[in-house]
Amino acid sequence: MKATTLRRIGARVATLLASLLIALTMAFALGRLSGDPTATILGPMALPEQREALRHQLGLDQPLLVQYFDYLKGVFTGDLGDSLQFYQSNTTMILDRLPFTLQLVAAGMSLAILIGIPLGVLAATREGTWWDRGASTLALLGQSVPVFWLGMMLVVLFAVKLGWLPAGQSGSLKHLILPAVTMALYPMAHIARLTRASMSDALREPFIDSARARGISTTRVVWRHGFKNAMMPILTIIVLQTGVLMSGAVAIEYVYSWPGLGQLALQSIQFRDFPLVQAIVVFAAVIFVLLNLVVDLLHSVVDPRVR
Amino acid sequence: MSELEIELAPHAGEPLKPAKDRRRRTSRTSVFWLGLPLGVITFLVFVLPLTGLLPDGGQDLTATRLPPAFLDGGTWAHPLGTNKLGQDGLTQLVESGRLTIMIGLVGALVAIGPGTLLGLLAGYCRGWVDKTISILIDAQLALPFILIALAIIANRGSSLPVLFLVLALTGWASCARVTRSATLSIRERQFVLGLRAAGASEARIVFRHVLPNLAGTVVALATLQVGTAILVESALSFLGLGVVPPHSSWGSMLAAGQDELSHSWWIAFFPGLAITVLVLLVNLIGDALLTHNDPRKRRR
Repeated sequence: MKATTLRRIGARVATLLASLLIALTMAFALGRLSGDPTATILGPMALPEQREALRHQLGLDQPLLVQYFDYLKGVFTGDLGDSLQFYQSNTTMILDRLPFTLQLVAAGMSLAILIGIPLGVLAATREGTWWDRGASTLALLGQSVPVFWLGMMLVVLFAVKLGWLPAGQSGSLKHLILPAVTMALYPMAHIARLTRASMSDALREPFIDSARARGISTTRVVWRHGFKNAMMPILTIIVLQTGVLMSGAVAIEYVYSWPGLGQLALQSIQFRDFPLVQAIVVFAAVIFVLLNLVVDLLHSVVDPRVR
Repeated sequence: MSELEIELAPHAGEPLKPAKDRRRRTSRTSVFWLGLPLGVITFLVFVLPLTGLLPDGGQDLTATRLPPAFLDGGTWAHPLGTNKLGQDGLTQLVESGRLTIMIGLVGALVAIGPGTLLGLLAGYCRGWVDKTISILIDAQLALPFILIALAIIANRGSSLPVLFLVLALTGWASCARVTRSATLSIRERQFVLGLRAAGASEARIVFRHVLPNLAGTVVALATLQVGTAILVESALSFLGLGVVPPHSSWGSMLAAGQDELSHSWWIAFFPGLAITVLVLLVNLIGDALLTHNDPRKRRR
């Protein structure tokens, strides 16, 4: 790798760390703005001495700056505090729920890629035809539907009316089908639209004409010459959308009673369990920043033009 | 195959390129034909309740969970059925539409306003202003803002001002990014240099000359943002964190329909359909406007 590449990556890492710090600070501020947690824990009947003792135990009698640095230290050592509602370590609870969310995201994202990319390529290679219009409208429709509503209607059709699939909870592969399809819709539409735009740019490049002129088959030109050059933005959006799905699928997990991170976030919000809310935000922010870093590294590895 | 040959005929035999004029005209007429149904929906939502043509919206415990008229057991007195309190579905749909459309419009404005302003500032001033704003844009785009939005709502409670704050926070950055890069290129154009040489003030150049050149793009982004705002609002209201009773939007109607799903699916079906149609129209218009304003795309 050249020195310029390293410098570029270094600058990106610095920006991402700044983003992370902004997020961590916001999460800290939100935790502090929520009022006195001792009132939530002990209830309204507690004596002032009891509350004072608890404040000392939780470290809330320390100066704010000390608390802030303690919190940052905790984040970097993986200690995200304890939940007010479950009396458990937040880190343990998040890691308990993580496999369920990962399972759903992996299934949804695979579906989205398997349908979205061919759909986008189809539209780009037949630009201006009814194929293109159909695929593009389908993709736009996917970005216009409230996905959780689609999930509800799928439950009505496949679980209530036809009785083919379970309506919620997790467990078998059958339980995964409806949530995964629902999850896939939005990223599928996004990937399809981006693939179309990116492919239609790539197919206009002079080297495509030259490949055609050399008598290479259309399939090979489209996939080997066109798609390979159009791939970078698509790869980027796939990685970034994975991050969005990891934290943004609260409504979908709620519709299907899926025991993932989204449900945990919702529970913590409903019970005003701010340490847990804070921990989930911090966890998601770290994942987001890591995924952004992956995108940047991918750019330098995959695309020789960036190198 | 020599390079010379390719250079001589770079686009030889390229198929199907619509002429520039035709594309421009189609995009203008398509905006009109898409805007028409959108206008009709908005008109109906705001005017129908005033005409007294709608069924009575009050509770009626003798007619709860009636199916829509086209199903067995439905009556034309309640064309879209009733909910668990016997309130008419159509009346509720029309009345909730007002708040939904209003949230979409205001939600887009509060995101696009600051976004455009910050993008203009960053692109025009450059230097440390640009650096600071760019880091903020990167930070916002690199963070799980839906979760942060949820945390803010958990903290401050659900109310319209909090909802608009959340919509502004989640929407400003993508607009700022586009405006910034457009401003960067416009400020280097001849007419800006000319204005500066003629002694026009910086504020005048930015707001009277640079901003109007961006107007088309900003309008397109604002249109798309209306759709996003409506979708974000519906998800938050569905989770009980956006619009909450006694107010009602299409999103909060979905929340009410969630519990009735196993026996009365229509309570959730119609508001969701309404959101989909509205957002689809808005997105189609936004897309057409964006294509219309993007000289790169227009040339094709």
